Amino acid sequence: MALTVFAPAPDAALANRRRPWWVRNLPIVLGGALLLAALLVALLAPWLGTIDPTALSPIRRLRPPSEQFWFGTDQLGRDLYSRVIYGARASLFVGFAVAVFAVLSGLFFGLVSGFNRIFDAVLMRVMDGLMSIPSVLLAIALMALTRASLGNVIVAIAVAEVPRVTRLVRSVVLGLREQPFIEAAIASGTSAPRILLRHVLPNTIAPLLVQATYICASAIITEAILSFIGAGLPPSIPTWGNIIADGRAVFQIRPQLILIPAAFLSVTVLAINLLGDGLRDALDPRLARQM
Amino acid sequence: MTIQGKRLLAACAVAAFGIAIGFGKPADAQQKVLRFIPHANLSSIDPITTTGYIVRNHGYLVYDTLFATDANFKIQPQMVDKWTTSPDKLRWEFTLRDGLKFHDGAPVRPADVIASVKRWSARDTFGQAMAATVDSYEAIGDKTFAIKLKKPFPLMLEALGKLSSNVPFIMPERIANTDPAQNITDATGSGPFRFVRSEWVPGQKAVYERFADYKPRSEPPSWAAGGKVVKIDRLEFRIIPDPAVASAALGAGEVDWYEQPPVDLLPTMARNKDIKIELIDPLGSMAMLRFNHLHPPFNNPAVRRAVMMAVNQNDYLQAIIGNKEYYKVCKSFFTCGTPMASDVGIENAAGDLNKAKQMLKESGYKGEKVVIISPTDIPTNHLQSLVTEDLLKKLGMNVELVATDWGSVLARRASKNPPDQGGWSIFHTWWVGPDVVNPALHAPLRGNGAASWPGWPTDATMEALREKWLVAPTPAEQVSIAKEMQARAYEMVPYVTTGQFQQPTAFRTSISGIIVSPVPFFWNVEKR
Amino acid sequence: MFAFVVRRILATIPVMGVVAFLVFSLLYLAPGDPAAIIAGDIATADDVARIRTVLGLDEPFHVRFGTWLWAVLHGDLGSSIFSNLPVSTLIGQRVEATVSLAITTLIFAVAVAVPLGVVAAWKAGSLIDRAVMVFAVFGFSVPVFVLGYLLIFGFSISLDWLPVQGFVSIREGFWPFLRQLILPTVALGTVYIALIARMTRAAMLDVLSQDYIRTADAKGLRADRVLIGHALRNAAVPIVTVIGIGVALLIGGVVVTESVFAIPGLGRMTVDAILRRDYPVIQGVILMFSFVYVIINLLVDLSYTLFDPRIRY
Repeated sequence: MALTVFAPAPDAALANRRRPWWVRNLPIVLGGALLLAALLVALLAPWLGTIDPTALSPIRRLRPPSEQFWFGTDQLGRDLYSRVIYGARASLFVGFAVAVFAVLSGLFFGLVSGFNRIFDAVLMRVMDGLMSIPSVLLAIALMALTRASLGNVIVAIAVAEVPRVTRLVRSVVLGLREQPFIEAAIASGTSAPRILLRHVLPNTIAPLLVQATYICASAIITEAILSFIGAGLPPSIPTWGNIIADGRAVFQIRPQLILIPAAFLSVTVLAINLLGDGLRDALDPRLARQM
Repeated sequence: MTIQGKRLLAACAVAAFGIAIGFGKPADAQQKVLRFIPHANLSSIDPITTTGYIVRNHGYLVYDTLFATDANFKIQPQMVDKWTTSPDKLRWEFTLRDGLKFHDGAPVRPADVIASVKRWSARDTFGQAMAATVDSYEAIGDKTFAIKLKKPFPLMLEALGKLSSNVPFIMPERIANTDPAQNITDATGSGPFRFVRSEWVPGQKAVYERFADYKPRSEPPSWAAGGKVVKIDRLEFRIIPDPAVASAALGAGEVDWYEQPPVDLLPTMARNKDIKIELIDPLGSMAMLRFNHLHPPFNNPAVRRAVMMAVNQNDYLQAIIGNKEYYKVCKSFFTCGTPMASDVGIENAAGDLNKAKQMLKESGYKGEKVVIISPTDIPTNHLQSLVTEDLLKKLGMNVELVATDWGSVLARRASKNPPDQGGWSIFHTWWVGPDVVNPALHAPLRGNGAASWPGWPTDATMEALREKWLVAPTPAEQVSIAKEMQARAYEMVPYVTTGQFQQPTAFRTSISGIIVSPVPFFWNVEKR
Repeated sequence: MFAFVVRRILATIPVMGVVAFLVFSLLYLAPGDPAAIIAGDIATADDVARIRTVLGLDEPFHVRFGTWLWAVLHGDLGSSIFSNLPVSTLIGQRVEATVSLAITTLIFAVAVAVPLGVVAAWKAGSLIDRAVMVFAVFGFSVPVFVLGYLLIFGFSISLDWLPVQGFVSIREGFWPFLRQLILPTVALGTVYIALIARMTRAAMLDVLSQDYIRTADAKGLRADRVLIGHALRNAAVPIVTVIGIGVALLIGGVVVTESVFAIPGLGRMTVDAILRRDYPVIQGVILMFSFVYVIINLLVDLSYTLFDPRIRY
């Protein structure tokens, strides 16, 4: 679920003017620190006291948490702690990859569509159509179309985000086109790609950066939803969504199989959302109002 | 699109109207209603085109059968009153019982029976074997029909009295004339229950009412045979896919019977004094690992034998069931606990990993990729696949697990392409005990190449043994041929058995008279 | 105004056309074979091929698309491949649960979020304001199914106050109906509370800084009258917009919520249909969801004129 409408916190900046920068930018600091922690967990997974997260041992299935298995074991006797730690890798990777993919494609379509009216008319109808299909259903349908793999999950989630980025970029371009300096550039015969690179691209960076963090957060949630429904990443890759999906059947007797990965998932998404809010306020207070 | 919109608005309006005036009345308090949570959603009502066990169970409610299997694996007459065979065994004549009626009031005629048998024998494997010997069908008067054969078919009664999918259910002629590839839409039968089509909500519920005009036989019930005396007025299938909800609903008395509770939840459920947990499924189910015999590496029997040597059934059974009370190691290719099962050749599936590694090394395996296709929405199959993936990695094979949904597995399974071009190497499934109880029914054991069940083993020796079994005159000879077939199977490895498990059922103590059988039947069941 | 409405309605036609085409081609390309699923575990390749022919799955793309679109334009969404029941009947059977959940969620979210947002804006910078904002960030970050399981664990399994899952029709009484919907409503509503509360707060802050509000305040009008009578009315446009967007997101959220709480609604039906490749059902339901989305956007646009007299078309 893409949450593109975020409200600004305009007067916070006024009230906080005299406080130290880290208090003024508390969301960035807090979000950044949590995200950094999650990244470190993902990168250092093999050195955090984990064992092979996919190693089966049906004999020791559904063990409660113990000294040997910190979070207990699942239905196949896999170590939940190791799975949750390794799960950070896939979830974060999907989040970042979707953000990059969606922003780059949206940027491309938005720029082209802002400068070519015919292309714009066709593209915008397609984007409207895409946007009116509920994004989770679209992603599930796309996953049913292809087989479960990391690349396919990334594309399936990103497709629903592209129209929103395209619209954002397009509105920036259309706004700039009316500006005297662009009109002057066009009049003086500067080539379109040059105008795009010189004048338009820099103006899209700030809103796109903010948008990318929100896409990243929602992509992590969508990945978990896909896995939860059974249309996500292959089960051999531990992700938080997969772990939660596996735990459903035994939720009543082993709630930690769902609650622990859910906590990791929520804190990570929270961190990215905080970072996004903070960046938006810091980069451009006006931007927040436009969105 | 606006018409579509009107439809939607109409649907919303109807729903809102329903909400507002509160139409619909709760079932009559005097009625005895049995509420049952089946193992799957009833999404189709055609037991001939569909082999799903849920549709078979639906079939036993709505339809009657000519013959039926009893608890001793004996075939007993059900709709048939008496029958004769000509001395040359080429003509069978059957006479129906008196008073058989369809739910629409029409009597059951020979023409209905013949059309139903024809449609069934176009789809079912056993039926196809029978149809291959049939010369013609003949209706004689109101109640008698004959089957003329080109060559003797000693298993005629076993075919017509088949217990599990596809069961030769008898339908009215007008419905049985439907193309065997197309689903029927009318569920009129002559069975002890009537399907209430207007209350059918796929994915939510299916409703049956007692058919008052049904004439049960006088014998006591035994599996599908004997008198089908219905002691409830109404039966409701409630579809609840989430085990946690289903067990809570049973605990709260919102439903009376939960067909297949997951074994992990049984201890919690057992604490409720009002719930009884029983095994009513004496033959259990046989889990299996199926190879694709067309492509490397499993077109090489030596590689298949190596994998079979490595399989440790306990690992699989722990993963899919996890409670020793409900599973046992069974290395026979026939359902353990039935006449054809034996110990012949079981040393070839010793679960010896080191020996298996050695065998794999000598087999000529060159690191070809093994693609396991696994449905994440069918836990029993998916958990087996995960165990196999782990096992093959330990063996040093090059494995890829393709996890998808059951629908995609079925589609991909049908592909004869090489594994890396949309094909596959291994899939897992299970067959209920009665389906693999003897060579006549046993589809995964066959070696008839491209025409066989996906995996497509070609094995003339096995097929010849099967032919021999089908015409074996005595049970003792049948057993000895079955042993030969098992020995052959251990050599050729059409598939590997990964264990036998039983599915307990849970019901409220207010329910009694449940028939212990591989198929849940609903006659004889009483509710206090 | 009339011309605007007509133009707006006409503009939905190409969008729906694009959706129809996208959905149909997506399913055309999907590898799962409904014929194989119908035929089941024991079927041979010949059986599957015959079923394909009977269902018309062998026809080329343009023929199948044309046939389908023509029928849809005549109000016929086709029938499920599995149950043979008309798609419109299936939708009719499931619509009550989904609409009920959507309505309770919307009422709950608006009833909680708008007052929260107003108070937060009024007391901007205070502890209440901060608490609302912190809650809002949390609301965005906890996925609906996680919240669902937390609620089930707390209120159904541990405390045993509310039913675990399921749905009871309102025909069987209002309280049983509501009891079943409390947990799903809270689970699904939280993210909208976060969304709507933030938007309300922002819009209110914007309006409160305007001169006419300061004037009203200076004239000594009571705070509640200033807030509700003047400010909230003028802040309504962005709030309604965000509620409209919320409804669109709700359609996606319903899918997941119905899965967690075993509610027999349209979302679950769609997921089941996708996993089983029941093409007519998938096409029909997605088309319907898109139609609802387009209509809601239309209504949101039209409602602007009601709330803000300055907007005229």
